[in-house]
Order: sequence, then C-alpha cells, then structure tokens
Amino acid sequence: MKQRLLTALTAAMLVASPALAELTIVDTSYRTGPYGANGIPFSDGYQDYFTLLNERDGGIGGEKINLVECETGYNTEKGVECYEATKSAGNGALIYQPLSTGITYQLIPKVSSDGIPMHTMGYGRTSAKNGEVFKWVFNYPANYWDGASHAITHILNENGGDIKGRKIALVYHNSAYGKEPIRTLEELAKKHGFELTLLPVEHPGQEQKSQWLQIRREKPDNVLMWGWGVMNQVAVQEAVNIRYPMDQFIGIWWSGSENDVKAAGEGANGYKALTFHNLGDEYPVYDDLRKFVVDGGKAAGAGDQVGSVLYNRGMYAAMLAAEAIKTAQEMHGVSAINAAQMRDGMENLEMTEAKMAALGLPNFGPEFKVSCQNHGGNGFGAVSQWDAAAGEFKLITDYFQSDQEIISALVAEDSAAFAAESGITPGC
Amino acid sequence: MFYREAGDFKTSYTDDSQTFPIKFDRYRYYVVLVSAFAVVPFVVNDYWVNAVFLPFLIYAIAAIGLNILVGYCGQVSLGTGGFMAVGAYSVYKLMTSFPDVSILIHIILAGVITAAVGVLFGLPSLRIKGFYLAVATLAAQFFLVWLFNRVPWFYNYSASGQISAPERSFLGVPVTGAETAPWAAYLFCLVFVVASAIIARNLTRGMAGRKWMAIRDMDIAAEIIGVNPLKAKLTAFAVSSFFVGISGALFFAVYLGAVEVGEAFGINKSFLVLFMVIIGGLGSIFGSFAGAAFLVLLPVLLKNTLVGGLGWPTDLAAHLEFIIVGALIIIFLIAEPHGLAQLWRVAKEKLRLWPFPH
Repeated sequence: MKQRLLTALTAAMLVASPALAELTIVDTSYRTGPYGANGIPFSDGYQDYFTLLNERDGGIGGEKINLVECETGYNTEKGVECYEATKSAGNGALIYQPLSTGITYQLIPKVSSDGIPMHTMGYGRTSAKNGEVFKWVFNYPANYWDGASHAITHILNENGGDIKGRKIALVYHNSAYGKEPIRTLEELAKKHGFELTLLPVEHPGQEQKSQWLQIRREKPDNVLMWGWGVMNQVAVQEAVNIRYPMDQFIGIWWSGSENDVKAAGEGANGYKALTFHNLGDEYPVYDDLRKFVVDGGKAAGAGDQVGSVLYNRGMYAAMLAAEAIKTAQEMHGVSAINAAQMRDGMENLEMTEAKMAALGLPNFGPEFKVSCQNHGGNGFGAVSQWDAAAGEFKLITDYFQSDQEIISALVAEDSAAFAAESGITPGC
Repeated sequence: MFYREAGDFKTSYTDDSQTFPIKFDRYRYYVVLVSAFAVVPFVVNDYWVNAVFLPFLIYAIAAIGLNILVGYCGQVSLGTGGFMAVGAYSVYKLMTSFPDVSILIHIILAGVITAAVGVLFGLPSLRIKGFYLAVATLAAQFFLVWLFNRVPWFYNYSASGQISAPERSFLGVPVTGAETAPWAAYLFCLVFVVASAIIARNLTRGMAGRKWMAIRDMDIAAEIIGVNPLKAKLTAFAVSSFFVGISGALFFAVYLGAVEVGEAFGINKSFLVLFMVIIGGLGSIFGSFAGAAFLVLLPVLLKNTLVGGLGWPTDLAAHLEFIIVGALIIIFLIAEPHGLAQLWRVAKEKLRLWPFPH
C-alpha cells in the first residue's frame, strides 16, 4: 500500500520534468560528500560554458542547450539512477561525462547498449582509447596511462635520462581509479630500471599516516600520487609534515587543483601536478564568461570558482563537447542532432590551434584528432607547479607525448580482453 | 469491517497455522503477488527497474537475511557488506569460470559459498556476545573487503580491480549484462525475493526459528531446555549469510553490472542494511520489506520531488535529503521503537475492532 502510494507519487513527479529543449546535455555532478570540493568547480565550469553559448550565441547552430544536472555524490548506485533518470530527458541525452571512474565502468555497457556517447576526459577506462572495441566511449585528449608515462618522462628529463635504481613510490586511491596506472608504471619500471613501491590509501583518504611514515622511512626519490577529493589535501599536508621535497612529489591531473594545496600553506610550494590543458584565466573567453554569465548572475553554483584549475577543466570538457556538436551538425546538415550523430561528431573531432584561438582559448590544450580507431587523442600532457606565494599553478614544461610504444601495447591487450569478455567483434 | 476473524472458520490444523490466517490478509497477499508478477513487468521501464524496483528487491533480500541473524537470533552483525561482497565475487568467479552453467545455479551457489564463509565468521559468536560480537563481525567486513582488493585472482587480474558481469541468459532471456530487458531483470530478482521470503517465513515459525528466538531471548535458559547453542547460532549465521550472499550476487550481476569492492560493499552497506532491519522491525519478515522500501524509495522520491518537481539546485536537494531521511529515522524510532512492522501490527489490531472498538 505504502509502496504503491510512493510509486504513484514518484510517477507524478517524473511526469513533471522540465520543458523540452533541442540539445540535452546532462551534467552528472557531485557537489556533496568527500569529493564535493573537486566536483563543484568542474561542474561550475562545465555548466557556465554552455550557459555562455546560450546567452552569447543563442546555443549551438541555433539550437539552445538544455542542461540537466543530476547529483551523484561520486556514488555508483546514484550514478546509475541519474543515468536512467536523465537518458531520455528532452529529446534524449547527447553525452555523458560522469567524472568518476567507478560510474564510468558501470555505464560503459549501458551507453553502448543505449547508443549514447560517453566522454571520460582524463579518467575512466583507459583502453577505451581503442575505438574499435569501445564504440561509444571516448577519452581524448589524454588518459591515466599517458599520465603515468608523463610523470616518468618528466623525472627522466629532470635526471638526465637515467633513472636506473631510483626509488619511486605511488600513493594511490585504492579503487578502480587509483589502480589504473599501476600496470603502466610496472612496465615503465622494467624499461627504465626504477623500483616501484605501491602505497594504497583507502576511501575517502583521510587516514594516510602509515603510508607517509613508510615514505619517511624508505625515502623514495620521487612520490607519484593518484588521489581525488579530500585525499589530495591530506597527502600534501602529510608530505609537508615529513618535509618531503615537494618538487619531487608529482600528482596526476586530478591531484593538482588549488583546493588540494592551499590548506598546506607555504610548505606546499613547489608541488607538481600533471595537466592536459592550460591554467589561469588570462584568456579572451573569460571576458565573455564574466560579461554574459557571471555578471548576469547566471553562473552555476556560487560563481566563485572562475579560473581555478578544475573550473578550467570543466569548461574545457564542455568546449570539446560543444565542438563535437558543431562537427556533428556540419556532418549531418541538421542542427537538432541525436546521440548517434553526436557520436559521429566526436569521432571526427579535430582540435587545432586556429580553432581554439577562434573560441577565445589560444594555446589552451594540445592539438589532437580523433578517429574511429583512436578515441583517445595523441597523449600529450604537461607538468605544472604550485607557486604558493602567487597562489596559482604554473606550467613548467611544454606539452610532451607519452611513451606510445608501451601504452599502445597495453591498450591493445586490455581492450582485447574486454572484447573477448563481452563478445564484441572489434572493427570500424 | 472487512478485516476480521469472525466468520472465517478453520476446519483443519493446516488452515489454522497458515501464514495469513485472516481472509482479507490472504487475498491482499495474492493480489500483491499477482500484480507483482503479472502487472508490473508490463508497465516498468528502465528507470523504474534500475532506480526503484531492483534496489528495493535486492535490499529486501539482504534485510531478510540480516533480520534472521539480528532480529530472530539476536546476534548483532556488522559484516553484511563483506558477506554481500562474498556473494558478488563468488558469482563473478563462477560466471567466468563456468560460462555454460545456468546463472540461476551460479547465484544459488554463491549463496552457499557465502553461507560457508558466514559460518566461519560466526564461530566467535559461541564465545562472545553483543557489542563484542559486533566488533568481531566488523573485522570480517574489513577483512573481506581487503581480501577482494588485495588478491587479483578474485577479479581475474583486471587492470582496475573492477569486476564486470558478462552477459548471461536464463531460459533464453538475458538477465545480466547491458542487453537485459527491464522486465527480465525485475522478474528474475522478484523470483528470488519471493522464494527467500517464503523460506525465511517458514523457517522462522518452525523449529529452527523457535530455537533462534530462544537463544535471542536468553541463551542460558535455551541451553537448559535443550537447545544446542552451537547448532542454533551457526545455522542462523549460515541461513542469514545465504540470503545476504544471494542479494550480493544479484546486486552485482543484475543490478549494477560492474562493482568495485571498497565502494559497493564498504562499511556503509553494512550500516545501511542494519538500519533497514532496525527501522523495518527486528524479527519480522514484513519489516525487512518495509525497511528496504523506506531507505531505498524515500531518497529517490525526495530527489524527484525537490529537483524534478520544485526545480531546486541538486546540491541543496542532496543535503536536504540527508536531513529529512535522518530526521524521519529518528522520529520513527521515537514514535515506534519496534519499527514499521510494529506500526503495521498495531494498525491491524485496530482494524480488527473497527468500527466498534471497546
């Protein structure tokens, strides 16, 4: 009885969903829980860019964008609920960007079966790079294995190309996300002859005393980190506490935002983090964002994140999605595209310097081209360093490519395993 | 008026001891069964199944399992998440090692494996009680999660440590994997729920259940009247873990399709199922359903009301959801410490006398 009543009520609520628009974009955000501090700026950037397109250009190709937000709390069960609730919103969701490796794994079979593209920018299942197996999943411009290789290449460059016998420790979130780089690092360890120590940290990552005690005792030459949410802040603080040399401490791009280092104060100066896009707010697009979105009071969230690292990343993700929509509109000659046409747009996306400059984001990200075989871009990334006095991350290298030889082999191996497991015949 | 014993004559002992002795109750039960089996499958869509029905049904099985241990036998357990993980990883290993065997058999076997593990971790209950036992089962929770994270054999050496359910069919209809039709997943779980509830109900009102309750009420007295505590406690652990294992297997294979042990089967899951049992009502099969419905459906309902209906920001709605669910739990427990099942019981007592109470 009670349940019937509840279901009837829920049905009534579901019918009252928001008004239809032509291009539906879902933002599966998380603004609550231990990962909220990082989820908020990303989601704000993602939404603000689409708001900008609506306000300034009247949408994309004349079609307004209907942005649907759904809170996942970085929880896979809620992620599934969000996906099912939003996939047919409006004229059908065009693209999913879950910002969670756990939810990505959950959604890969679902989006493949429903025919909705998913873009996991710098996270998710790395072997989705192989578009012959993962037809609906994209992870351009860079992935975790690229990141692992970038970190090692950076250490190689710093040490004159020889890191034989060097001790490198990996502090990682003990989940699908944190475990992703291990295999690549093991291969790289074989190739370059360094010793790898693995130090898992349990969710949510507030308890890391023993890991850093071990680092203090064993004194590894470099520490790499795959952390997210509150784990990052704790790790940086612990590193400062044991006086670990910060310039030998390198975080993945998800461990390199202002939130992660500010709490540790001056001591965090020199901390390095990878990135696959540029930083700061010295770009023409920010003038438009301020003019059309922030000043008009239309900014998502509190509107105080503009220009932070993760805000930029969210905006970059939205920009890539918008460019894919434009590509799809040109290819198919219709402005109101559907999810299958969106996929074609993503598969034929090409980001050039001229294109980014025209968007008001000159030199913002690496150039890359997506193809049917390669859904992952070319694996370019750079290293940024925290300047505590200035209060910002600064790029200290140019974009450089990851070790494609090792990564291609691993991608082929892992995607072949997935294809065999789920009965997919690879092909374009 | 309709809900009464008068005029409902029982002519045999079997009639007299049936689960639903009152005619109205019995017909209501048949109506629920018929609508669950013959109406709902035709009207559900992806959203209803994946966001509402599957979690409700699967948590109901877990709650039934835990209720047997905590509600009927009085052994506090915080290891439910870990035992669900055993079910999930067993079914994963079975599915990938023996792809030709029916998924139904795999899920039942996963329950059996979990029962064995449950008995193993139930051994300390012979010496320790109450809070101390809770701590011992908490150790099981952490150990099992650590084990599935640490030993790559359990996740077939995949790069990320995730396990994903391959597609498997039952009677030619896919029930796991992405191609599963919503009605198939729903019916498949429903069969397990109904079977679990019937088995649990009949176990608890038979000799086994009476022994468990004797142990729960006073173990020394029970031992004096001839109940073997070793057997009673370990059977409670075995039966409870069996159901919890089945729910874990369904949770992974049918509902989520891919899980990661720390996130899906962490300590939060143990608490969630324990709350379901406490809010629903200790020592009641109906209470297991009520508790699962309360904790699964209420957040979804609140979210749809606040975000979908009123258009509030998602973060505000998510925070409010915690507050409202938390407050309701407290209010319910103050108003009725014996859970929703007791409210139901009181309502039924009143209905019997209605409209002429003394």
